[in-house]
Amino acid sequence: MNLSAMNLSAMNLSAMNPSAIADTPPGRGLRLLLALLALLLVAPAALAHKPSDSYLSLQTSGQQITGQWDIALRDLDYAIGIDDDQDGAITWGELRAHHADLAAYALARLQLSSDGQPCPTRVVEHLVDDHSDGAYAVLRLAATCPAGAAVLPGLNVDYRLFFDLDAQHRGLLRIEHDGTTRSVIFSADAPRQHLELVATGALRQFLDYTAHGVWHIWIGFDHLLFLISLLLPAVLLRVDRAWTGAARFRDALWDVCKVVTAFTVAHSITLSLAALEVIDLPSRWVESAIAASVILAALNNLLVVAGPGRWLFAFAFGLIHGFGFASVLSDLGLPHDSLLLALVAFNLGVELGQLAVVAVFLPLAWSLRDQWIYRRGLLAGGSLLVIAIASVWLVERVFDLKLLA
Amino acid sequence: MLLPSPFSRLRQRLLPAALLLAAGLAACPVAAAPYLPQSAAQVLERLPLAPTDPTARELRALRQALAQQPGRLDLAVHLARRYSELGRISGDPRFAGYAQAALAGWWEQSDPPAEVLLLRATLRQRTHDFDAALADLAALLGRNPRDGQARLTRATILQVQGAYAAAASECAALRRLAPELVWAACAYGLASVNGQLRESYAALDRLLARQSEARPAVEVWVRSLLAEMAARAGLNDAAEAHFRAGLAIDPTDHYLLNAYADWLLEQRRPSEVLALLAGQQRTDALLLRHALALQQLASPQLAANLEQLRARFAASRLRGDRVHLREEARFTLQLLGDRPAALALARDNWAVQKELPDLRLLVDSALAARDAATLAEARQWLHKTRTEDVVLDRLLS
Repeated sequence: MNLSAMNLSAMNLSAMNPSAIADTPPGRGLRLLLALLALLLVAPAALAHKPSDSYLSLQTSGQQITGQWDIALRDLDYAIGIDDDQDGAITWGELRAHHADLAAYALARLQLSSDGQPCPTRVVEHLVDDHSDGAYAVLRLAATCPAGAAVLPGLNVDYRLFFDLDAQHRGLLRIEHDGTTRSVIFSADAPRQHLELVATGALRQFLDYTAHGVWHIWIGFDHLLFLISLLLPAVLLRVDRAWTGAARFRDALWDVCKVVTAFTVAHSITLSLAALEVIDLPSRWVESAIAASVILAALNNLLVVAGPGRWLFAFAFGLIHGFGFASVLSDLGLPHDSLLLALVAFNLGVELGQLAVVAVFLPLAWSLRDQWIYRRGLLAGGSLLVIAIASVWLVERVFDLKLLA
Repeated sequence: MLLPSPFSRLRQRLLPAALLLAAGLAACPVAAAPYLPQSAAQVLERLPLAPTDPTARELRALRQALAQQPGRLDLAVHLARRYSELGRISGDPRFAGYAQAALAGWWEQSDPPAEVLLLRATLRQRTHDFDAALADLAALLGRNPRDGQARLTRATILQVQGAYAAAASECAALRRLAPELVWAACAYGLASVNGQLRESYAALDRLLARQSEARPAVEVWVRSLLAEMAARAGLNDAAEAHFRAGLAIDPTDHYLLNAYADWLLEQRRPSEVLALLAGQQRTDALLLRHALALQQLASPQLAANLEQLRARFAASRLRGDRVHLREEARFTLQLLGDRPAALALARDNWAVQKELPDLRLLVDSALAARDAATLAEARQWLHKTRTEDVVLDRLLS
């Protein structure tokens, strides 16, 4: 909103609008107090103004398309008139009485076609939803494209709603196809769009989610620090309250395997439970608990509470880390039709990422294990550093601050 | 395959949630889910204009007349002007879309009639399509160099863009085309951000005092300029007097309401902001001021307002709008506390508009994010333009 320019349009030199000028000054004093009181007691947050948008979401599955179309009641009233009793309020009864008109009006302005042949569309259910600027009619849609190719080669969408009445109207389409989601904006200048729906295929999708999993481990420093803190002592032996290098590589490898496997099993369990929406924990608690687990893991290297039993430790806290992975997965958006595939692929990606870390860590740690730098520098100093970093995370996450850039 | 860091994403989601918690409310953001209303009598929506409202009747009649005779330019222009005016008064952007639709037969023409050009420039300027608006105004002035309204609109857009030299020549040209007060407001308004704040304020203030029969809408505009000049000069009593005098003439003027609310927030008088905006918070800008006042009061109602603003900016982003960058940057900085994101928004906004509030926001977010390069850029701008402002002085001291 630019200020002086906005004011300027009042400056129409030829014609002023007298209706914009009121002659009563704004009330103060007691009225101010009363207004304030009223405001604090009830909270009638008036819905803000917004340009006109409709929200269309479509999902394809073979030749079938299902979808939902949210259209503002205010816009519908402007177009076809819903407020039958003319009282300025639209009731559910009035809207319901116009469902047939509404469906006919809207469907006449949305054409789906594939390969030059129309995909007849119908409204299967009428609902209502609230958006940031008011109530919207919700039309649940179903369309069937002509039989032929099993997978749609491409979809043509011709969207003409309201452009003749409100030239700044936009149709916001979200289309899901084979696990990928695309967004398209329709405007008066661009009412027709061709969506190339290349079959991504299950393999491609699987690889995509695997890559997400690997990437998440790579950038998820808290998970990495937790794992590495638990693995640091794997190449050492605790003898007489002092560390010495382990004698046999096989023992070190076995220790690493136990920790990594326990961590994997644990976070797979909770990742699956959270992704399938069986359990839902507030992400702030989860993230704070993850930070705390990193502190404890590093602290254990200094105080040595859990020695060979570190795998139990890995299992217990792995459960919490799983919820952390789940929030990433849900941010990515899970495909409806291939939830299990995405879940397995993401999990596999996380494991591959972990294995890569172990593959680099173990030979290095093994070769350094007898050096002073490993036991003093890496184990003690490194653990202290990890505790420091994770403590900052913990404070940040618990109190919702931002301390580190 | 690049993903944003999961932490930054979590932070984005956690911050508002934490604010909700801090505000003492159960943190359960409204998950939009379609529903089936329970009773036929349930009111779903209230229309901004009831069908029986005289304005609604008049507009409906005009629309019907235009539908029957779509070639009638006079009807189309009349209807578009009414909608544009309604949009300006209410701050409701849908009316701008209706106005544009009324001009559909002429809108796409490269050389439309003069009335259409002026309306198109006004509507384009309102969606911050400044370059297209300037092109329309240039075409208009090419046909009639004595079009005062076109000159004034052009001067304003150029000033918003920070093209002060070009704006000054438009103001100078206005001298023989517009009433003295209008010309003076254009010229002194510009001079006040170019090193002559106090002199410009005094001159314009004296001129307004001499004009007994200024048109009310002109006076509201001049009062808003004077109030802001006084505020920038630290003349707080004078600033408040001008704000109130302007609002006494038009208590619904969005520009004045926003500016007065900002000044009251600056003075840390949040209760008065709430009273000022009671029942008026239907634009993003006013809603934002309302939320900032609630924040200063540490009110538990902040959470609901925050959620609403977040939804509004999200919806705006979805449709690709960049009209509310200034509000979104301020929201991100002051209410969400996401400094890097706020700085990025403030910089994007600065690339589009360069008014004083934009500069304050740029400096504010650069300080918060400790971005030396942006600060240097802002200082250089201040030095080059010789802009004076007590708030900026305080921020940069």
